Amino acid sequence: MAATLEIQNLHASVEGDESLILSGVDLTVRQGEIHALMGPNGSGKSTLANVLMGNPAYEVQEGAILLDGEDVLEMEPDERSRAGLFLAFQYPVAIPGVTVANFLRHAINARMKAEDPDSKGIPIPKFARMMREKMTQLHIDHAFAGRYLNEGFSGGEKKRAEVLQMAVLEPRIAVLDETDSGLDIDALRIVADGVNSLTGPNMAALVITHYQRMLNYIKPDFVHVMYDGRIVESGGPALALELEEKGYEWIREKHLAQLEF
Amino acid sequence: MAVVRRRSSLPQAPSFTRADVEALSGEIQEPNWLLERRLEAWDRYLQTPMPYMEEEWRRTDYRHIRWQEADRLIPANGATAAVVPSKNLEPLTGDEQGGLLVFVDGKVVQLELANSLAQKGVIFTDLRSAVRDHQDLLKAHLMTRAVTPADGKFAALHAALWNHGVFVYVPRDTVAELPLHVVCYNTSAGAALGHVLVLLEDNAQATMQVEYASRRSDEQSAYIGATELIVGAGSNLRYVSLQDWNRETFEFSHQRGVVGRDAQLDWVNGVMGSRLTKAFIEVDAVGAGANARVSGFFFADRDQFFDLDTQQNHNAPLTNTDLLFKGAARDNARTLWQGMIKSLPQMQRIDGYQVCRNLMLSDKARMDSIPGLEIEADDVACSHAATFGTLEEEPIYYLMSRGITRPQAQLMIIEGFFDELLQRVPFERVRQRLMNEIEAKIIG
Ligand SMILES: Nc1ncnc2c1ncn2[C@@H]1O[C@H](COP(=O)(O)OP(=O)(O)O)[C@@H](O)[C@H]1O
Ligand SMILES: [Mg+2]
Repeated sequence: MAATLEIQNLHASVEGDESLILSGVDLTVRQGEIHALMGPNGSGKSTLANVLMGNPAYEVQEGAILLDGEDVLEMEPDERSRAGLFLAFQYPVAIPGVTVANFLRHAINARMKAEDPDSKGIPIPKFARMMREKMTQLHIDHAFAGRYLNEGFSGGEKKRAEVLQMAVLEPRIAVLDETDSGLDIDALRIVADGVNSLTGPNMAALVITHYQRMLNYIKPDFVHVMYDGRIVESGGPALALELEEKGYEWIREKHLAQLEF
Repeated sequence: MAVVRRRSSLPQAPSFTRADVEALSGEIQEPNWLLERRLEAWDRYLQTPMPYMEEEWRRTDYRHIRWQEADRLIPANGATAAVVPSKNLEPLTGDEQGGLLVFVDGKVVQLELANSLAQKGVIFTDLRSAVRDHQDLLKAHLMTRAVTPADGKFAALHAALWNHGVFVYVPRDTVAELPLHVVCYNTSAGAALGHVLVLLEDNAQATMQVEYASRRSDEQSAYIGATELIVGAGSNLRYVSLQDWNRETFEFSHQRGVVGRDAQLDWVNGVMGSRLTKAFIEVDAVGAGANARVSGFFFADRDQFFDLDTQQNHNAPLTNTDLLFKGAARDNARTLWQGMIKSLPQMQRIDGYQVCRNLMLSDKARMDSIPGLEIEADDVACSHAATFGTLEEEPIYYLMSRGITRPQAQLMIIEGFFDELLQRVPFERVRQRLMNEIEAKIIG
């Protein structure tokens, strides 16, 4: 069955703080679709991504998130992941002493154990083969697997590591939060190829980006613009080009005009 | 008005006597010079007060030791190596071992040395046999160059009353490729005074691991130990010490590496067991170009108290010492690391580094780190640092966002914290075992 992620009237703040960062987000993403989420800095894009994933730093004040009709807000982040959600972080954290390979093996095993408590996990040779395949596909040096996760990674390496994780975990709905920023054009193409090869009937993507640049490589079906904690504009691919041309000022003016009514 | 007086009572002393020293020496059938040294140390011991409020002791309260249980020398009761947990006896590497020496209750129950090493003149034996067979070497090196009776009350007591130990000797220009493995295991409560003397002549090489463990007991024990690592010019010693005493053992130990010209000492010290550990861990870089790496990991839980007192002495120019300790504490445990880098005046071009990283796993645990420098030269690069952290929510969330459960995420982060240190243990199997022991402490 095609997965559907429904975000309804979502209001959220920083944990322990009243003031809203998200003030009524509505968005539906279906498996097979690519959505682009754009908007100026500080409009709440990363907050939305983190609330979707269950970051305990945020608190949902109102609204709902449903995955195939199931209440996502009731789930811990690990349950959300095992249910098929994935977030490529804008700022991935370093985990000293835990190698990329060891980490991903645990992530796979956690999935297998959740399904079958007696599971012994993925056999190491099978895992190693799969890692090699995915790394080759993403033009990642195989030595990468033995490095400590995100520790001392360059900006571009961190982004590639996020995409590698996505490729290994094969989510149904992936949120990519500014995965393009900090990448040179070659790296961007590789990352975009990776995303394109994974999307399709099996995966939906919500591609958060600040610039239109990424959308030359990943073709969205829908484009949304976030402003001040809300999606204020939605449209087709043409909207991204319009934003590129006119900048976000145009959105701001339009939004303020709406508020005055 | 109530007056709260901390440490109102002074620490009790154990009830050993001069007659115990004489009896022990007689039992070992020692030559006169050794008995004389023991008695000299005994006099020094008597003249030294029980350590209490001196700078390096004032944070370490050991008055809960019950000497009436802990000061009886553990008797050998005929046990064999069969009583030692198999994990301690497991070979360090898959293939051939260089040597295995197992003590149970201070008595040798197993001693093997590979022919290839024996033929090269490598000595790997227990200290009592060495007293008989290698007198000259002991006379010159036993508690004369590294740890001496003058190092403190417990060093003097040890010098007077050591009752078992290891002697390793690697001749000049000799490489002992295969690792040497020593296990000290006690089955009953009481006092153990174990000694390690490793002597590498010039241009020699060896790798060695010593493990300490004891059977669980409600009665208290005392381990009053000394470790001496003497690394000759151009030599290379890799030395791993793993301590996992039962939870009623009080360890008081002096450990010192003496590193000669262009020599290299790579020393890993793991502290997991005991009720209380007070260890002085020191390196003396005595020859130009000497290099020492001192690594320590510790994990304290429940009511454990670890006090690790390290010192890096740069007694020659062009010396390099690098110290990294990493520890965790949970429950009500307390840990203390006090580090010092010293240099003699006019020792140019020395490089000393010390850092202790602490991971606090409970609000009730307490961890202290006190780094220090006493440098009297100016062409030096010395630095020190101490860091304190807790388990943070952000990395846990990151791992959980990939499907890993919270307990597993916490485990991975703590193990990751120790990984850098465990990688310095040169035996894959041992690393794996230590990881399991850390895991048991996290879950337990
Ligand atoms: N953890 C946080 N603590 C405090 N303020 C936050 C936190 N996360 C986000 N914010 C605030 O919420 C607003 C939206 O931030 P963010 O979601 O990161 O925007 P975007 O990703 O669109 O640039 C900003 O004003 C930011 O400062
Ligand atoms: Mg952002």
